[in-house]
Amino acid sequence: MTRKQKRLSILAGGMGFLAVAAGLVMMALSSDITFFRTPSQLVAERPDPAMRIRLGGLVEPGTIVRGQGTKVSFDVTDRKNKVKVVYTGILPDLFRAGQGVVAEGSFAGGGSTFVADTVLAKHDEKYMPKEVADALKAKGEWYGDTADEKTARK
Amino acid sequence: MINELGHYALVLALAVALVQASVPILGAHRRDAGLMNVAPVTAVLTLVLVALSYAVLTRAYLVSDFSLKTVWENSHSMMPTIFKVTGVWGNHEGSMMLWVLILVLFGALVAGFGRNLPATLRANVLGVQAWVTVAFLLFILLTSNPFARLDPAPLEGQDLNPILQDYGLAVHPPLLYLGYVGFSITFAFAVAALIDGHIDAAWARWVRPWALAAWTFLTIGIALGSYWSYYELGWGGWWFWDPVENASFMPWLAGTALLHSALVMEKREALKIWTVLLAILTFSLSLLGTFLVRSGVLTSVHAFATDPTRGVFILAILVIFIGGAFALFALRASALRQGGLFAPISREGALVLNNLFLTTATATVLVGTLYPLALESLTGAKISVGPPFFNLTFAPLIIPLFLAVPFGPLMAWKRADLLAAAQRLYLAAGIGLLTALAVMFVATGAPVLAALAIGLGVYVMVGAMADLVQRAGFGRVPAATAARRFVGLPRSAFGTAVAHFGLGVALVGIVAATAFSSEAIVTMKPGETQTIAGYTVRFDDVTQATRGTYDADIAHFSVMRGSTKVADLTSSKRLYTTRRQPTTEAGIKTFGFSQLYLSLGDAQDDGGRVVRLWWKSWVTLIWLGALVMAAGGFTSLSDRRLRIGAPTRRRKPAGRPVAEPAE
Repeated sequence: MTRKQKRLSILAGGMGFLAVAAGLVMMALSSDITFFRTPSQLVAERPDPAMRIRLGGLVEPGTIVRGQGTKVSFDVTDRKNKVKVVYTGILPDLFRAGQGVVAEGSFAGGGSTFVADTVLAKHDEKYMPKEVADALKAKGEWYGDTADEKTARK
Repeated sequence: MINELGHYALVLALAVALVQASVPILGAHRRDAGLMNVAPVTAVLTLVLVALSYAVLTRAYLVSDFSLKTVWENSHSMMPTIFKVTGVWGNHEGSMMLWVLILVLFGALVAGFGRNLPATLRANVLGVQAWVTVAFLLFILLTSNPFARLDPAPLEGQDLNPILQDYGLAVHPPLLYLGYVGFSITFAFAVAALIDGHIDAAWARWVRPWALAAWTFLTIGIALGSYWSYYELGWGGWWFWDPVENASFMPWLAGTALLHSALVMEKREALKIWTVLLAILTFSLSLLGTFLVRSGVLTSVHAFATDPTRGVFILAILVIFIGGAFALFALRASALRQGGLFAPISREGALVLNNLFLTTATATVLVGTLYPLALESLTGAKISVGPPFFNLTFAPLIIPLFLAVPFGPLMAWKRADLLAAAQRLYLAAGIGLLTALAVMFVATGAPVLAALAIGLGVYVMVGAMADLVQRAGFGRVPAATAARRFVGLPRSAFGTAVAHFGLGVALVGIVAATAFSSEAIVTMKPGETQTIAGYTVRFDDVTQATRGTYDADIAHFSVMRGSTKVADLTSSKRLYTTRRQPTTEAGIKTFGFSQLYLSLGDAQDDGGRVVRLWWKSWVTLIWLGALVMAAGGFTSLSDRRLRIGAPTRRRKPAGRPVAEPAE
């Protein structure tokens, strides 16, 4: 093979490989992404039971029910609408009533109860999951935050 | 007063770095030795000034000087001394200080070790390195001043985030930064070569140790970070494909590609432009990682409170450096002469294949990490891309690479015999297949794919040794001769073998931990037992304790095999009093390579506790594999050739192609 042919063959191989990779990425992006929804969005439009969703909002105070054993249920609210969530397992350390939370799962039962397999709470006490903060800001329900917090602490 | 001195030293460092960023490059352009010699002096001077500033900051933490805002926000007088020291980098301002400290440390090291570098190359490299220093010093001084004061000074600090009060924090960030920032050297070398318009094998010989050192530290840093989040977060996971994890993984993948392509360039003067591009790309991904972590644009379990102006500033740094470097690349790359012909089936070809796989894998991780960001800014839709995406894209791209790994070192340069290489791997492939069959036989009902993947890992492990065995001549010459030859093999050959072996080990660990682990979530009252993976775990009792800055509920468990007790385990819930923040401390016991992992949950009304138990099969192999890879890196670094860094040319292989242009 001449130098040019060799270069072309390597280039063609590389391109073919990239095409495979691009195909895989497209396939994965069409099926394996998770949409973020607020309770109001879920009330307005109930998604397919099989669709994976990240539900974000605040944990409504007074709704945390620790059932038998490892089952927990609580309501996630955006102060307009709320969705009941059930979860089996250990809640994160920073899970608290009135705090921001992201529950990942689906309406697997087909009913109006959201079945979560992962619950994420904020990482430290200054931080609210970004999606939740954005969603609350968009609804004008953002009662921020740093200024109040700092004065409260002093 | 002393704090102002630290701040002042930082400003002075900026001034010196500005000199280093301009004068030597001008000198290199004019071939003026006097101007070029400014570079090493200024490089050492910036190190002294930044180190002084850093020491002042550390002192403020040690004496709990709460008149400094960052100290008040992230420290507490009651904290153990070790956490006061590590707390310096447990927050945004301090971690950027550490970043810059390591950056200027590398600059000074180049100045020190680079005495026999060509004068213009050294001047340009140190000059380019100083651009990065200037950018990040400006960033610290303008947006994240660690010496900002509080008046009046509070009496007590707000304590360090409890998750960070751990020995993991002591080692993970510095090692990770040594890796991230180490790639700034290869970046500086690449840009310097573009400015100079000249690049040769000696350049690659100079770059490779730096790339190797950075890669090795990054490997350890990522592995430690993974283990830290595994035991500290109490979720039992060791990798979440979280944006912040991806941010460190992408430079690692690109850096791995860089190591291999620099090898081709050093030995064969081929792939010059590609290597330069990879060097730029690797550091760009490091900068991107810094941006993602520090700006808070992505939703991540690692995200901390952030300040938008900082994000914009780092984004500007990112755009200027990446854009500038690529623009320079576009202008000057054609000036770099290509050399070194090779057939597709050859060592060079194998390394090109390696690069193709690694860069494509990097690209898929990049897409998965940035796609949510792009989609949100374009359509407003909020999505997250989780493990399923990466399992579907990254895994199929990386598995074939594992098959190819043992072939690489067995191929000859220029033109190789694929069949001959395959024949030498029959044994490794056989052992791998037998392992897969054994796994299927022992663990009945094991997923076939998992068994095959474990077999693949074993094949990589055994295959990694094939090159050493081959070169020593075991089986062909008397054993004593072979042993003598074996000992005499270059360290770099051992380094390659060990690193590839570690890769196989890590793969076995990843597959086993994913496929053969078991878990149970139960509520337990004192005295109750739960069986997992043949072990019986008895919940004994809960005791209370108060230690330093936190109160703890400590649950005691006994682990029994049959009726004999084999271990005591505790898992606790801590409440850090200053921040009112709870944390969970997992109880972990290692059996062989596997681990029993207990995580304590909430208290029930009836006095029971939710307990999550995991049996993690061979999970420690994941991190051991990474450490073995790093050991391979260090072994290779200790190679005589790299240690003396002699830029003398090796004897050229006979029969060089005539088409190769003269240098």
